[in-house]
Amino acid sequence: MTDPVYLDHNATTPVRPEAAAALAAAMAATGNPSSVHGFGRAAREAVEAARDDVAALVGARAGDVVFTGGGTESNALALAGCGRRRVLASAVEHPSVLAAADELIPVDGDGVVDLAALDRLLDGRGADTVVSAMLANNETGVLQPVARVAEVARRHGALVHCDAVQAAGKVAVDMAALGADLLTLSAHKLGGPMGAGALVLAPGTDLAPLLRGGGQERGRRAGTENLPGIAAFATAARVARRELETFAGLARLRDRLERRLRAAAPAARVFGAAAPRLPNTTCVAMPGVPGATQVMALDLAGYAVSAGAACSSGKVAPSHVLAAMGADPADADGAIRVSLGWTTKESDVDGFAATWAALYGRLGHGAGAALKTAPAA
Amino acid sequence: MINANQNSPVYLDYQATTPTDPRVVEAMMPYFGGKFGNPHSRNHHFGWEAEAAVETARAQIASIIGANPKEVIYTSGATESNNLALKGVARFHKDRKNHIITCVTEHKCVLDTCRHLEQEGFEVTYLPVQENGLVDLDTLRAAIRENTLIVSIMAANNEIGVIQPIAEIGAICRENKVYFHTDAAQAVGKIPLDVEAMNIDLMSISGHKVYGPMGIGALYVRRRPRVRLVPMINGGGQERGMRSGTLPTPLCVGLGEACAIAEREMGAEAERLRMLRDRMYTRITDRLAEVYVNGDMDQRLPGNLNLSFAYVEGEGLMMGIKELAVSSGSACTSASLEPSYVLRALGVEEELAHTSLRLGLGRFTTEEEVDYAADRICAEVERLREMSPLWEMAQEGIDIKSIEWAEH
Amino acid sequence: MAYSDKLIDHYENPRNVGTLDKSSEDVGTGLVGAPACGDVMKLQIKVDAQGIIEDAKFKTFGCGSAIASSSLVTEWVKGKSVDEAAAIRNTEIAEHLALPPVKIHCSVLAEDAIKAAVADYREKKGIKKDAAE
Repeated sequence: MTDPVYLDHNATTPVRPEAAAALAAAMAATGNPSSVHGFGRAAREAVEAARDDVAALVGARAGDVVFTGGGTESNALALAGCGRRRVLASAVEHPSVLAAADELIPVDGDGVVDLAALDRLLDGRGADTVVSAMLANNETGVLQPVARVAEVARRHGALVHCDAVQAAGKVAVDMAALGADLLTLSAHKLGGPMGAGALVLAPGTDLAPLLRGGGQERGRRAGTENLPGIAAFATAARVARRELETFAGLARLRDRLERRLRAAAPAARVFGAAAPRLPNTTCVAMPGVPGATQVMALDLAGYAVSAGAACSSGKVAPSHVLAAMGADPADADGAIRVSLGWTTKESDVDGFAATWAALYGRLGHGAGAALKTAPAA
Repeated sequence: MINANQNSPVYLDYQATTPTDPRVVEAMMPYFGGKFGNPHSRNHHFGWEAEAAVETARAQIASIIGANPKEVIYTSGATESNNLALKGVARFHKDRKNHIITCVTEHKCVLDTCRHLEQEGFEVTYLPVQENGLVDLDTLRAAIRENTLIVSIMAANNEIGVIQPIAEIGAICRENKVYFHTDAAQAVGKIPLDVEAMNIDLMSISGHKVYGPMGIGALYVRRRPRVRLVPMINGGGQERGMRSGTLPTPLCVGLGEACAIAEREMGAEAERLRMLRDRMYTRITDRLAEVYVNGDMDQRLPGNLNLSFAYVEGEGLMMGIKELAVSSGSACTSASLEPSYVLRALGVEEELAHTSLRLGLGRFTTEEEVDYAADRICAEVERLREMSPLWEMAQEGIDIKSIEWAEH
Repeated sequence: MAYSDKLIDHYENPRNVGTLDKSSEDVGTGLVGAPACGDVMKLQIKVDAQGIIEDAKFKTFGCGSAIASSSLVTEWVKGKSVDEAAAIRNTEIAEHLALPPVKIHCSVLAEDAIKAAVADYREKKGIKKDAAE
């Protein structure tokens, strides 16, 4: 069998070679950034240089970047540390945000936050609320109108947290334009290594720490800095920022993929298709075939995709994202996520489309007919 | 390896961080490359491969402390482990018991966490230590009350390297039905540890102190009898719900490999380091008078030496030995004029605390480096003593304590 | 924290380390700081008949910045009158050595050391401070 094709870049994406080089270099050195000798000072300089790169990715000031162990920690830190008692989160947020949420903001059929509902939920209670809205959804790729969410939130005196884990490095992110007070980033979703992330603050935002101890990260996150992870994160951020246009080009492949799937199965539903989306993500339901069955068959055929998110420790549960969008349970059950990335080639997408179409022909509602309609290429 | 460059200083700060062992790096690298899957991806080969690697590493970590792999949860490092152990257990049981016992020489993250818990309504007893840096067991026994929930005592101290009587403390805790947490960041891989024999309920482990990578650690959480805690990071429900977040496969692999290497080599390596450490001590004290060891010399990590060089200020000394990367017990660089709280807790007088150096030896330290370092230190101490008004007074027989100093 | 070349030079090659006879009538001795604080400076001046400082010596227990600050002032005071020496400000020392902010207290201590040495000299000579000014 040829090498399997990886189309699950929203779960994690391979480390960019530039980032891997930075990581290897940092691992060959030694030094705790808190030490005052030369080894320590060199490590400190590397951390601070990395802070500049990560800040630049989202248009923030370096001093407002707090390095963490990853996106989930950043989300927990943001929501526990921002000083607001009430957490209002969109219904399609990542589980790490939902775990902290007190109330949910509904979304429409395309997964976009209902701003009128948000306005009502904030009425008279903005001052003790933080609103959490993700920039891009991990399952559907749907982009939230975070700037407008922030506008509503600000009118009520609420703070805004934005989980930009899936968006950063895929589309341009500007902290100020979004109007977010706190913004979550993860290294391994943008070509950096696992085990590194950041919480970026708007100037003047206070943050109480989750981890207490040595006073690192200006007292906002204790613990010896993961220097290799941070250096590689920064390198990946720099590369991703440079390559944003190339990444935007993935939309062409994604659209081509969706056209082929729909041609093979006209009843196939693409979730969030009417909303602005990430260029790389498609969440598509094969009529009549459970997502779990599809991903297993696709894996055997050499294509790695996912049914829902990659976080739910083995349990097969229906997607809360699709449920919040009011998806027909039968549709939701047949949904898989295909996410392209910086390693994806046109032939990967075409091969996948043909395999999917064949699978549909074998198992789907259109069994027998689909093979004939599947594109030859 | 780390001193490959001849102009590079000699690294003698192994308690601050250890270089990542090249064998560990080698084990990790494939997971930064082709084996890049998310270990929580349940649908494809990439995920399974990563998950298998994470679980192999978990077993390696469990093995070095005599635990079951299911009792090991990954964290971002020992600071998170310590925060999670204390806050997690305290918050879970807050309605039942609210007294915590720890010790004044613990790592800052334990002390800061305890202070924070005091604000949340917990009572904390900070045990003193004896002159040798060790906790007195009778004092511990006397501090345990009806409502004592947990005792947190570190296995080995980061500054002075003293090893606490962990097995005895564990026995006392078990007898009194109190949870026992130990911060073993400095001890894992350096001295034998066994969570069963020592009755340890929670243990914090660090990656970068055991020749593994930065950004990874672990918390041992006993299953029988089960220790329950409230997580700090919620979400995907990873790590048995105690700590959510994508597991960083390469880092987990690195920590596992680091533990496996340490477990294999610990015995011989400890012996080698003890000899080097003693060689350094002898070489220094043969040449210099008025050099004092801080902390017990027997109950001590083999790779740690903490010395006070009377009449010579530690930071000034460090500046003179820039060929050596060591750390000073004098904390003047952090803008505070307070010397190390650990040395103060031992009853080391402030003037001596200001004269201390921590010399940390480790896996890549050579005999040549030890001799060179000892000679450089001696030469610099001699130079600075010639420049020291206190040394001059001492030579003239003036008792420094008899002078009325205008403390500023 | 990067130290200036001047500071490192004074630390590595301190000027005027030593001791003058403190019982001598024309020697003023200043001893400031405290061991418990991590800094002690002893600064001595030898003053000629015209009230000009002809020699200065120091010994310091402290960090590199403290050693450099005291070494520097022994250079500066030589050839100055005691009044001129007493007028040296810590800011001049800090600026000359480019002391980092956390080390400013070292220059303060050096200023105190000169003042104490001058005061000791004046006391020996029976010169009231008011009369001298």
